[in-house]
Amino acid sequence: MNARRPAGAVPVMPRLILLRVLRLASLLAGVSVLAFVLVRNSPIDPIQAYIGADVDLTDEQLAKLRERWGLDRSPVEQYLAWAGTLLRGDFGTSTLYKAPVTDVMGARFGASLALMAVAWTLSGVLGYLLGAVAAMHRGRLADRVVSWYSYTLSATPAFWLGIVFLVVFSVWLGWFPVGLAGPQGVPAADVTFAQRLHHFVLPAITLSAVGVANIAMHTREKMTDVLNSDYVAFARARGETGAQIFKNHGFRNSVVPAVTLQFAYFAELFGGSVLAETVFSYPGLGSTLTEAALGGDVPLLLGIVLVSAVFVFTGNLIADVVNAAIDPRIRRRA
Amino acid sequence: MKTPTGHRPRLRGRRDLVASLSVVVLLVACVLAGRLLLDDAALRPNSAPRLLPPGLEHPLGTDHLGRDLFTRVVKGLALSLGIGVLTAAISTVISAVLGICAALLGRRVDAFVSWLIDLSIGIPHLIFMILLAFTVGGGIPGLVAGIAFTHWMSLALLVRADVKQIRDAEFILVSRGLGRSPLFIARRHVLPLVLPQLLVGFVLMFPHVILHEAALTFLGFGFPPQTPAIGILLSEGMAHISSGMWWLAVFPGLALLLLVLGFARLGDRVRAVLDPATSNG
Repeated sequence: MNARRPAGAVPVMPRLILLRVLRLASLLAGVSVLAFVLVRNSPIDPIQAYIGADVDLTDEQLAKLRERWGLDRSPVEQYLAWAGTLLRGDFGTSTLYKAPVTDVMGARFGASLALMAVAWTLSGVLGYLLGAVAAMHRGRLADRVVSWYSYTLSATPAFWLGIVFLVVFSVWLGWFPVGLAGPQGVPAADVTFAQRLHHFVLPAITLSAVGVANIAMHTREKMTDVLNSDYVAFARARGETGAQIFKNHGFRNSVVPAVTLQFAYFAELFGGSVLAETVFSYPGLGSTLTEAALGGDVPLLLGIVLVSAVFVFTGNLIADVVNAAIDPRIRRRA
Repeated sequence: MKTPTGHRPRLRGRRDLVASLSVVVLLVACVLAGRLLLDDAALRPNSAPRLLPPGLEHPLGTDHLGRDLFTRVVKGLALSLGIGVLTAAISTVISAVLGICAALLGRRVDAFVSWLIDLSIGIPHLIFMILLAFTVGGGIPGLVAGIAFTHWMSLALLVRADVKQIRDAEFILVSRGLGRSPLFIARRHVLPLVLPQLLVGFVLMFPHVILHEAALTFLGFGFPPQTPAIGILLSEGMAHISSGMWWLAVFPGLALLLLVLGFARLGDRVRAVLDPATSNG
């Protein structure tokens, strides 16, 4: 696609990226304020959550703890202090794990990322192909199967699908273990790659199966629009075959919205991984988030919320840039 | 190109609408009747045989406390419907207010609302919900707040775009020239025109709302553990699948799937009839 880039379009890209990054920075600041305000107003007392319900402290000790944690200062001061340490890369200490939040998240982020990356790629490619096939065979069996599948899957609770997979593949067929990233009772360092993979397959398939629905349905609609256009009618009249029409007209026109959609899917993907990780007790960021929120672990909760927001914003940013790279019209508009 | 839809698409759309509407009404009626008629005794631990597979007396079997799964599923669906109507209604109102404000009150408000929308889209749905549920302190209020404040964004964008198209129409310019306030214009001239859009948005939102309610409850936020909500049934059922009690985890989800599917279909059909231009299939 580089060969066709029109002269003079190159300097537009850095500007587009800069503008987007600035907007993302403002949005991220907004997310941090919002998350901080929300968490601060929770009736769950962070000190109680930290020391546990069964420990009795005198009022004096409580006041001292408050002072040490800065809870006696005004909300604005607290936010600024918190944001300041954040900018230095310090997310605070997790009250559940009694360890720095960055360490807790770092250990799990990789596992989540692997899961999401595989699901994202699989569902994107598969979804696009299925959608394209459905549109090119509109009204026939292939279309009906794909439409039916997408429709049903988009109405399926993702975590329930995971449970059904567990019942069928793990319990009945015994192909896969029931959950966890490695076999039980074996230290993490001794888990082989094959074992890890074995435990990884079902969650990844669950996430992919759900993700396919969205992109397949949208690609089907986009591709149908393209195939109903005048230029495709003319191509048909010139005698182009179905494959030629797909290659010359269908692919470029329908892959742009598909790519945008798939990057915008980052948000759903993250939510889906929370559920999939919980069902398969896969030790990723998502299941840790649930633990943090249920256990009143404020620093960890805030950390994961911010990481997820960065993740989603990055997805949107990439979508914009990739869009501009594929579609010259967007580049000119920017 | 030959379209396989037959030569009376509009009539066909109406027929489909009636069909899916009947399915949904039938489902809802069954759930409500079940909620009223089924005996609450089945919800408490009792002397019935435990972990019974599906059979004649207990169509979906019983759980680890001898409770009838069918009764619990029906009550759970009723809860889902209630929470769904409530949260989807709140979300629709939020999107209507923000969307109309953004389009009518000038560029600053518009920029702020679109920033707010981008912000809310930027936090993954489920994580935003968990955060909100945490803020409210869990329980049913947390569930309602979490779901109601996370589903308004796409509808608000649609409403904003719609209102932007009509805000320069002559009747609105005349009304403004006569000195009418923006509030009056919004209520008298704009709202009636975006009402179909809001209705479609409400129905289309419904499946998402119900699914997210089940997910939040499944994760342990929302309903207290004794409630027969679908999410709780599923998380309880999960504990028994490795010992082969598949029905406890499969049926509640299947019931939810049917309900959601019905509403999703209905939403699409309503959109197809009210707004044939944007629907495709």
